[in-house]
Amino acid sequence: MKDTKQPIVEIRNLSKSYHRGAEIIPVLENISFDIPEGEFLALMGPSGSGKSTLLNLIAGIDKADSGTIQVSGLDITSLTETDLTRWRAVNVGFIFQFYNLIPVLTAFENVELPLLLTWLSRKERWEHVEAALHMVNLADRMDHYPGQLSGGQQQRVAIARAIVTDPTILVADEPTGDLDRTSAEDILGLMAILNREFGKTIIMVTHDPHAAEKAHIIRRLEKGILNVHA
Amino acid sequence: MYMLKLIFRNAFRHKLRTCLTILGITIAILAFGILRTLVNAWYSGVEASSSARLITRNAISLVFSLPLSYKEKIRGIPGVKNVSYAIWFNGTYISEKNFIPNFAIDPKTFLELYPEYTLPEDQKVAFFRDRMAAVAGRKVAERFSWKIGDTIPLKGTNFPGTWNFILRGIYHGAEKSTDETQLFFHWDYLNESLKKTTPNRADQVGIYIIGITNPNLAPEVSEAVDKTFKNSLAETMTETEKAFQLSFVSMTEAIVTVIQLVSFMVIIIIIAVVANTMVMTARERIGEYAIMKTLGFGGWHLAILIFGESLFITMVGCTLGILLTFPSAKIFGAKIGAYFPVFHVSTNTIFLDIGAAILVSLIAAIFPTWHAVKIRVAEGLRRIG
Ligand SMILES: Nc1ncnc2c1ncn2[C@@H]1O[C@H](COP(=O)(O)OP(=O)(O)OP(=O)(O)O)[C@@H](O)[C@H]1O
Ligand SMILES: [Mg+2]
Repeated sequence: MKDTKQPIVEIRNLSKSYHRGAEIIPVLENISFDIPEGEFLALMGPSGSGKSTLLNLIAGIDKADSGTIQVSGLDITSLTETDLTRWRAVNVGFIFQFYNLIPVLTAFENVELPLLLTWLSRKERWEHVEAALHMVNLADRMDHYPGQLSGGQQQRVAIARAIVTDPTILVADEPTGDLDRTSAEDILGLMAILNREFGKTIIMVTHDPHAAEKAHIIRRLEKGILNVHA
Repeated sequence: MYMLKLIFRNAFRHKLRTCLTILGITIAILAFGILRTLVNAWYSGVEASSSARLITRNAISLVFSLPLSYKEKIRGIPGVKNVSYAIWFNGTYISEKNFIPNFAIDPKTFLELYPEYTLPEDQKVAFFRDRMAAVAGRKVAERFSWKIGDTIPLKGTNFPGTWNFILRGIYHGAEKSTDETQLFFHWDYLNESLKKTTPNRADQVGIYIIGITNPNLAPEVSEAVDKTFKNSLAETMTETEKAFQLSFVSMTEAIVTVIQLVSFMVIIIIIAVVANTMVMTARERIGEYAIMKTLGFGGWHLAILIFGESLFITMVGCTLGILLTFPSAKIFGAKIGAYFPVFHVSTNTIFLDIGAAILVSLIAAIFPTWHAVKIRVAEGLRRIG
C-alpha cells in the first residue's frame, strides 16, 4: 500500500556548505531521497551532522548550493525569495524546539498570525483558530500569553499555529527537545494523529529514540551522508 | 487592527525604556516648540506689519526728527490715502525695569492707520477728547493692574520731567500677532509743553506713517516721498513697515540664528535617542522577525511593525510635548513679556513639531528595519536556540 504513494518531496543531488571566512564547511553532500505523501519521517544523527540544515532546505527557509528539491512537483530551489516566502505560508507548517511563539500575543493571536496572510474574514479566521486550538486541546487557554503556559502547552499552541493554514507538510526541529517525558509523549501523540487522521506529511528532526519510534521511517545523517533505516 | 495591536504591545514591552524615550521626545518637542516660539516672537513685529503701510524717517538716522510741515506735502502725493505721525517718547514707568514701548501719536489718524488696535467706541471718544489721555495695550494694563481713569506717570528720558497721563482706554489686538504692550498718548500734549520749554524741538515728529491705496504702489510712493524732500533740510527715507521692523530685528540676527541652530540640534539629539531605542528593540526581536518571516511574512510587514512602533512612540512624546508647550509658553511669555510683546505658540510651530516628530520616527526606524528585512531566516532562527 505504502509503495503506491506518490513522493511529495523529491530531493536530488542536494549539497550545501557554509563558509566561515576562507574556510568551507561542507554540511550536506550530494543527498538524494524521496518522501512519500502522508509519511511520518524522523531524521536522526549526531549533533552537527546537518539535520537542521536539511530540514530548513526542505521547508524553504534556506538556500542549497546545488541540487533540486521538488515539493508536489514544484522545484522550490528555483523560486525567488518572495515566491518562496509565499510558498512557505501556504504549504509548510513549522514546529520548533523552543516553540517560538510571540510573547506579546495570546495563544489565540499566535495561532491567528499566519492567517493574516490569507484572505479569510475575521469571522473565518476565528473559526479556524478555534478549531486548531480545539484540536490541540487548548481551547480553554486561548486568552493566555505564552509566559502563562507550560512548555508542553506552548508547543501545542505552536502546533495549532502550524496546522491552522492547513499545510501539506509539517516540519519539526526537535519538537520534544525541550520537554519532559509526559509532555513529549503528548506532543508526539498529537503529531501521530495529525499524520494518521489528517494525512499530514511530517518531517521531524530528533535526537530522541522514543520520539523516532512514532515515525514510520527513520533516516540517519552521518556527516552529511544519508543512511536509511526503515 | 491586528498589526496595530501588535505594535502597541511591542511598544510597551520594555515599559521603562519606552517611557524614558517618550520623556526624551516630550522634552525635545517642548524645547523645540519654545525655541521656535521665541524665534517667532523675535519676528512678531515684522509679522504684524502691514504691507499697506509705509514708514518715513529721517534719512540720516531714526534719532533725528522730521518737521510737522511734511505731513500735508506727503498727503498730496498720489497713492497716499492717509498720513499719521509718532514720536518714540521713551518714558520710564517708575523704574528702568518696567520697559513699556510708549509713543506720542496723533490719535485720530493713527488709529485709522492701525485698525488692529481695537478700542471700545466710548473709550475711543474719551481718548480723543482728553489731551492728557493715554491708551494702553491689554497686556501692559494687566501687567501693572491699570484701570481706566488711573494716572500713569512716565519719567521722560528724551524729554525731561515727569509726565502724567490718564488712562482712558485699553486696546485689544485684533490679531494674535498684534502687540498689546504699548502705550500711546497725544502728540499735541507733548508738543505744547515743548513749545514752552524748548521751542526748537516743537513741531517735530519722529516718523510718518503713510497709508497707501494699494500695497503694490509701495515702491513708487516711497520713491515719490523721498524725492519730494530731496535737498531739503531733513531728507527722508521711506520703506515698508515690514522693512522698517526688519531693520530692528537684523541687529540681533546672530542670536536668532543661534536659537534656530539649537532648535535643530535638539531634533538631531532626539533622533539619536529614538534610533538607539529602536536599534535595541529590533535587535532583541530578530528571532521573532525570523519566525514571522518563516511563517510567510515579508519585509513589508516587518517594516510596518518597526516603523509603526517608532511612529507610535514619537507621536505619544510629540503629543505630550505639544500639550506642555502651551502652558510653558504662557509662563515663559509672562516672564519675558516686556521684551517679547507677542509670545504665542503658532499653528506653524505645531506643524513643525509634528513634522519633526515624524522625521525622527522615520530616521530612527530605517536602520533597524533594514537589519530586520535583510536577516536570513535560517540565521535568525539559529539565534533563538
Ligand atoms: N550559519 C552557519 N555558518 C557556519 N556554519 C554553520 C552555520 N549553520 C550551521 N553550520 C554548521 O553546519 C553543520 C550542521 O549544522 P546543523 O545545525 O544542520 O546540525 P544539526 O544536525 O541540526 O545539529 P544539532 O543536532 O546540534 O541541532 C554544523 O557543523 C554547524 O556548525
Ligand atoms: Mg539542529
